[in-house]
Amino acid sequence: MNKATLASALGSPSAFGQSQFAFMRGNAFEARVKADGGAELLRLVHERLDPGAVPPQGAAVPDLTAVGPEGRAARTALALREATEAGAWTLLDHPLLALDVAGSPAFLEPDAVVVHPDGSWTVVEIKSFPMLDGSADAAKVGAAARQAAVYVLALEQVANRLGADRLGADRVVAEPQGRAQISNVRHRILLVCPKDFSNLPAASAVDVRKQRSVTRRQLDRLTRIEDIADSLPDGTCFAPDLPAADLTAAVESVPATYAPECLATCELAFHCRARSRADGAVTSLGRSLRAELGGLTTVDDVLAAARGTTGDPTDPAVAALRRAAELRAEALGSRSPGHDRSLDHKGTPCP
Amino acid sequence: MTPASPSPFDPGAEAARATGAILRDTLHGAHRGVVVDSPPGAGKSTLVVRAALELAEAGRPLMVIAQTNAQVDDLVLRLAEKNPELPVGRLHSSDTDPYDKALDDLPNVRKSAKAADLSGLDVVISTAAKWAHVKGVEPWRHAIVDEAYQMRSDALLAVAGLFERALFVGDPGQLDPFSIVGSEQWAGLSYDPSASAVTTLLAHNPELPQHRLPVSWRLPASAGPLVSDAFYPYTPFRSGTGHADRRLAFAVPSDGSSPDRVIDEAAETGWGLLELPARHTPRTDPEAVRALAQVVRRLLDRGGAATSERSPDPAPLTADRIAVGTAHRDQAASVRAALAELGAGGVTVDTANRLQGREYDVTVVLHPLSGRPDATAFHLETGRLCVLASRHRHACIVVCRAGVTDLLDDHPSTEPVQLGVTVKFPDGWEANHAVLSHLSEHRVSWRP
Amino acid sequence: MSLITTLARLEAVDTGRAQPLATVRHRHLSERPLVFVPLTTAGEAGAPLGALVGTDRDAPRLLVVPQPRDRDLRFTFLAELADVVLPYVDAYGDAVEAAERSETDPETGKRVKVEVELCADAPQLIVPSRAGIDFVRLLGRSMRFRRTAEQDPETPHPAPPRVPLLGRWLTHFGERARVPGSALLLALTDVLSRHWATGQSSLEDQHLGALLAWIAPPEGEPGAEAALRAELQRDAKGQLLCPPAGPATDPAFDNKLLAPAIERYDRARTALGAAEDGLEADDRLGELTAAEQHIRDLVESRTRPTWDAVWRGLDLLRGLPEGAHAADRWTRDRWSFTGHRDGVLAGEPPQPRRDDAVTAANKLATREREQARLEAQEALDDPLVMAGRRLAGEAFAGEVTDVVMAYSESKRPSPRPLVTIRTDDRPHLGERAKVYRSLGGKPQSAEFVEYVEREDGDGDGDGDGDRVRGRGEDGGADAGTDADEAAAGLSVVLRIVDKMGRGKEPEPGSVPEKGDQICFTLFEHEQRGGAKLPDPEETPWTHGGPPTESTEAAEATGATGRTGAAAAALPEPDPVTEEDLL
Repeated sequence: MNKATLASALGSPSAFGQSQFAFMRGNAFEARVKADGGAELLRLVHERLDPGAVPPQGAAVPDLTAVGPEGRAARTALALREATEAGAWTLLDHPLLALDVAGSPAFLEPDAVVVHPDGSWTVVEIKSFPMLDGSADAAKVGAAARQAAVYVLALEQVANRLGADRLGADRVVAEPQGRAQISNVRHRILLVCPKDFSNLPAASAVDVRKQRSVTRRQLDRLTRIEDIADSLPDGTCFAPDLPAADLTAAVESVPATYAPECLATCELAFHCRARSRADGAVTSLGRSLRAELGGLTTVDDVLAAARGTTGDPTDPAVAALRRAAELRAEALGSRSPGHDRSLDHKGTPCP
Repeated sequence: MTPASPSPFDPGAEAARATGAILRDTLHGAHRGVVVDSPPGAGKSTLVVRAALELAEAGRPLMVIAQTNAQVDDLVLRLAEKNPELPVGRLHSSDTDPYDKALDDLPNVRKSAKAADLSGLDVVISTAAKWAHVKGVEPWRHAIVDEAYQMRSDALLAVAGLFERALFVGDPGQLDPFSIVGSEQWAGLSYDPSASAVTTLLAHNPELPQHRLPVSWRLPASAGPLVSDAFYPYTPFRSGTGHADRRLAFAVPSDGSSPDRVIDEAAETGWGLLELPARHTPRTDPEAVRALAQVVRRLLDRGGAATSERSPDPAPLTADRIAVGTAHRDQAASVRAALAELGAGGVTVDTANRLQGREYDVTVVLHPLSGRPDATAFHLETGRLCVLASRHRHACIVVCRAGVTDLLDDHPSTEPVQLGVTVKFPDGWEANHAVLSHLSEHRVSWRP
Repeated sequence: MSLITTLARLEAVDTGRAQPLATVRHRHLSERPLVFVPLTTAGEAGAPLGALVGTDRDAPRLLVVPQPRDRDLRFTFLAELADVVLPYVDAYGDAVEAAERSETDPETGKRVKVEVELCADAPQLIVPSRAGIDFVRLLGRSMRFRRTAEQDPETPHPAPPRVPLLGRWLTHFGERARVPGSALLLALTDVLSRHWATGQSSLEDQHLGALLAWIAPPEGEPGAEAALRAELQRDAKGQLLCPPAGPATDPAFDNKLLAPAIERYDRARTALGAAEDGLEADDRLGELTAAEQHIRDLVESRTRPTWDAVWRGLDLLRGLPEGAHAADRWTRDRWSFTGHRDGVLAGEPPQPRRDDAVTAANKLATREREQARLEAQEALDDPLVMAGRRLAGEAFAGEVTDVVMAYSESKRPSPRPLVTIRTDDRPHLGERAKVYRSLGGKPQSAEFVEYVEREDGDGDGDGDGDRVRGRGEDGGADAGTDADEAAAGLSVVLRIVDKMGRGKEPEPGSVPEKGDQICFTLFEHEQRGGAKLPDPEETPWTHGGPPTESTEAAEATGATGRTGAAAAALPEPDPVTEEDLL
């Protein structure tokens, strides 16, 4: 399901889309990082994550092409096993991993996975935002870490299927809650970005244990996705070629909680925002707004409570709202002439 | 600690061994610093007092740096209690009422706002903020930095020139220091001024010996494993007492009401969850506040008696042995008002920040996420929940609206990640889940 | 978000237009600000595409990089930018006034007053949005370590003269913008949304077009609709009618208009290079000029609406009278500007890539102090801001109902009058809590004594209600919003402790009188300076000791190893590769 296409079909096109400049630059950077059989990439993995291992001198880069996602995932699993048994630096370029999500497989394609001589595996994420003086946009690094955590989980499933014991990995990784687990999948991933203003690669290890445990919990919870599916009307299907009204009905039967943060991450956000605003939901103005409003969830309810027309005055939320309204009115009563409206109606902000 | 040790765990011996090693490193070690992690109730203050006395006895004058005036006064009182002869200086600010009046009764404690007036005393104690103003003095050979995990790196920078070597003691699981303005610009730097003092110290001096007090003498056997697993996943500790060592009993039997049932559950198992129906509420949720006040009222009315390893006779559960903990000040104020109405004014009611370092027999906690429509970073902060869940010697009762698990699942942590910053464990989101899942086994549903 | 702000937002939804969040303007605006509307190239860090810049709203200077991946063209752009920005900045460096500053005398160690220059006014940069501030910082970082041919004849790609200097100034503006309440570099969306609440989220307020649509919607059109048009409406070619305020461009613009135009430019340049004779070259130069002009037109078409919007936003802000303390904070900006001017004149090196431990701690301390100062000053300047503090229990206002003269218990008794104030507010007052009011612009302190519950709801002012409420928090100073209590209201008894002169009797006007309307705050009005930190060369062992030449690189944990060029007087320039031409 392509959410951007769906959004356009719903009449709320998103502002998403990628500039071809960014796209070209990203591809050029990734190609550069992986050039020469991944020599630079492996050097960075060695330097940042495994300086004790033998330095990589030319690496195996197995061919992972196969027919269909199942075929590619099987090919990847085979390559992982062979590389692990070989005990040599190996670069898997765009492997395909199968992750079990609520009983059905989802296929994931990390930028790269590196197999270390000790048989451990590292997820590599190549991003085109810069690492400037050693630091990078924290929101983007966070997103990369969450993405990589999913790959780590998928790799752990692969390792389990292959039998971690057979992989010769003897790394015992301490886990919270006293669980010790044998895993050859490293929880520190390698993030590779352009250095400063150049397109030389800079790399940093990122610990994704937190993201991994959050994702793991969410995936466990997704077993309940059938419950959501069961509650949907029969025949619900999100296909953009349906008439808009049908589509809208189909999309609206799925519970969604819109908040402004969605605008940055979801192609359907403009559609959800329109619904949320039409419902008068206060959360369309920001999640934090709700914190002090208690059970009041719509703009009309809040304003009516603040104006004293509805609401139980012993409810602290209502009482606080009335006090806030009083104080606001009092302060604006002494309002200076600066807010007079003479500046209004002077042209439109945009043509 | 080797978990596979064949002999049974002897908490007293383990703790003594740890303390011995710490004092050895402090008094005779080659390193300039020693770091001690102390989980809740593991005897941090006892250690600080003992280290101070031994240093003083060895003829090495020392300065002690604490974070708040209350902590400073408390340390002075404890030192004087252990050794009334010891000359102690209390360096204080020039504000009005700068120190606890109880210090005036101690003949060997000299108080001054000027460091020069206190020179030559065996031990001089003050807050980090006051020490930062002391200039142009000969450095002390020794310092003890108390609550070092709650001290900011920039505060240590301001005072570290005053001493040659130091013992840093603190609880890594409690609330982190914070800054009222953004400091992302320095994230990942070893000396990020908004990080904790210990983080900076260890980044620059990774070779320093690090010790851990392995036994909590406060937390009962029912709470040790949960608090250790949820908040100290990579540095576990044990409870110093067994299940049989502590007992909480009530003379008045249960009247079958929800407060009484949750009290009995908590007396029996150490934990109780009084769950109100799911509802979004403002912070000062009147129903939750009322329920909480009723629990406290019943705790007082039912003639509670706490038996522990401290004494063979049961000690009555009086108002001063009970505390109520909240996340926000306005919640604490509402609870105080509700308690005053029920005539239960003597019970301590405070926020997590102010309950740090304190200890009670029974705590009643308003869950930070109860009734909230959203889970913010503030409410998810591990330290806040850790403080609230680790103040009790016998039982902890949590009052909460249903639905917090779903709330957590709807707000997975999507925090930004700063390169080069060591990941801090546990994650608030996970710790909250762990605590809730444990509490759900001790649930009593609220029926008015 | 305070409930008062929340209400304002909801009222904005209800009325279809933005609602005031302030009654005065809380930032100083220069008579002659320099507006800077930059665009950047997608996917590249610090590769400008173009900009409108200038101080004349009717005549912005258009600067364009027709091929953003060409380093020489980028340098040309930056040199042109320096030609606009630096003369503007320098003009303020010339007019100075005498001022005093306390410094530590290096010989005696005592604090002494020294006479120094303070620039009489300072430059002010305005960018459309917060992303613009980040871009100013990025430009500053990308330029300040460049070398000119004069500095280093060997440098492979010498930067035009003055470009490194522009980098230092932009870095200074960018750092200053992190100080709360500063105004050397302002993002217009931030300033506008400080003063108006719209019916959308603060995230959406960062879209300048949408924000202005709420504040000044076209006649008859609700703000929500105008904002939606500003966000999403596109023309027949699929281009946004209200282009993003930048520096990022709309992908549809990049792909449909800009990319073909740059291709045409590249072709024309290649063709010109391949020209075989003068006549052919003339022809092809014409095509190149036309191709370049096309890109210039495109960049102008994306920046001009934002340029005009910025000036409209400034008009709206100028409609508000300046808050009383804004000038005080602007003076701090002038000090900051003067300090950097002096540093440049004294030949100091550019700002390092990373702050050392002491600098970082000093900056954090300054910003925390300025944040507290800003919060206090905004509340004192603006009853609407104070209303928020009152609602939060951090201030209270009311009528003085009783004044009883009392004296301190000392050999020379000083006046300590007890003042009773009737208030509907619910201050969170602890035992003997300090409170402050503004008396002739200076804070007067008082001490909380007790609450007195009024028996009668209307409070006829005899101030003699039953003294049933306790002292301080332990007695139940609840902030509860119980309706009965709210109706009855409270009286607060305070003891005034200072600013009454030296005599036994308080100076006239220094003690509130019965019937006065009065407002006390629980927060201090003025900020104390913190303790002085050690000098960087005395950084203690806990923080890695004094910084060395190589520390800077070593501290940046993520950076790949940089070989310390200790010999160079200047910090090492950024590595340059052929590939960053792509």
